Amino acid sequence: MDLIQEVENRYIREDLPSFSSGDRVRVNVKVVEGGRERTQAFEGIVIRRRGGGMKETFTVRRVSYGIGIERTFPLHSPGIQSIKVIKRGAVRRSRLYFLRKLEGKKTRIKEKR
Amino acid sequence: MKKAILARKVGMTQIYDEEGRVVPVTVLKAGPCKVVQKKTPKNDGYQALQVGFEELKPRKVNRPLQGHFQKWGATPYRYLKEFKLEEAEQYQPGDEITADLFKAGEKVDINGVSRGKGFAGSIKRHGYSTGPKTHGSHYHRGSGSMGNMDASRVFKGRPLPGRMGGRSTTVLNLKVVEADGEKGLLLVKGSVPGPRGSVLEVREAAKVPQ
Repeated sequence: MDLIQEVENRYIREDLPSFSSGDRVRVNVKVVEGGRERTQAFEGIVIRRRGGGMKETFTVRRVSYGIGIERTFPLHSPGIQSIKVIKRGAVRRSRLYFLRKLEGKKTRIKEKR
Repeated sequence: MKKAILARKVGMTQIYDEEGRVVPVTVLKAGPCKVVQKKTPKNDGYQALQVGFEELKPRKVNRPLQGHFQKWGATPYRYLKEFKLEEAEQYQPGDEITADLFKAGEKVDINGVSRGKGFAGSIKRHGYSTGPKTHGSHYHRGSGSMGNMDASRVFKGRPLPGRMGGRSTTVLNLKVVEADGEKGLLLVKGSVPGPRGSVLEVREAAKVPQ
């Protein structure tokens, strides 16, 4: 196991803030466009975190122009420049799939205090 | 064959390449191996190296093997394997072979014993198609046709259910992602036969596609 740990430790990112389902986050992603690199932000609610170690991913959901968009990122991907937690959400479950069926005001999440 | 080494499968994980893409890798503990015996055409009729992997306490080895190790002035090893290398002449008994033998980007073949799957049916073992699951079918996972009716018999060699896995398997052309002789670390892209902890033979790729 230690050899695996050793390999993984080189890639595991500890610079990211801790966040969980229900939080509103802004993910800054590196995009390569025509040989040029730039940063693109994706802001939304975290609806799921799954897997552990190197395999951990999280899904962010946002509604843009009335269309729900979900993007899943590998947590330790070097393509993620930074993650900013905008709001801590108070939710009672870890998978917020019910948000997919809700619209407008109903999708509001109470802020954790 | 120009280079070969013995290794133990440690497990799998994933890493990222320079472009940020996920690469599935198998972590191997490769070497260090020591050359125990050199076989020469003069003495043995062929050219090869006998290589030892994972040292053992002398008391763990039975007498005949102890004698063998003593004769060649080597410490005892858990595994002995012969590699028919073309350049066997350049090695001397006592030489160490480490993971540095390979470089990142090189292609290797990896041979090991696949996971035993027990007595498996023809669907799992030979890829026969299944019968329908529904519509009143009472024929689900049987072997189906055994050949043509004209012959009125089943020809020899027809693939049938039986023991599956647990035999020597070679995966060709795996890419070396990283090699570190000091740590004995070898990272290859993709999967490798056998469960974690199994002993593998890592060789230079024999058939590299053009």
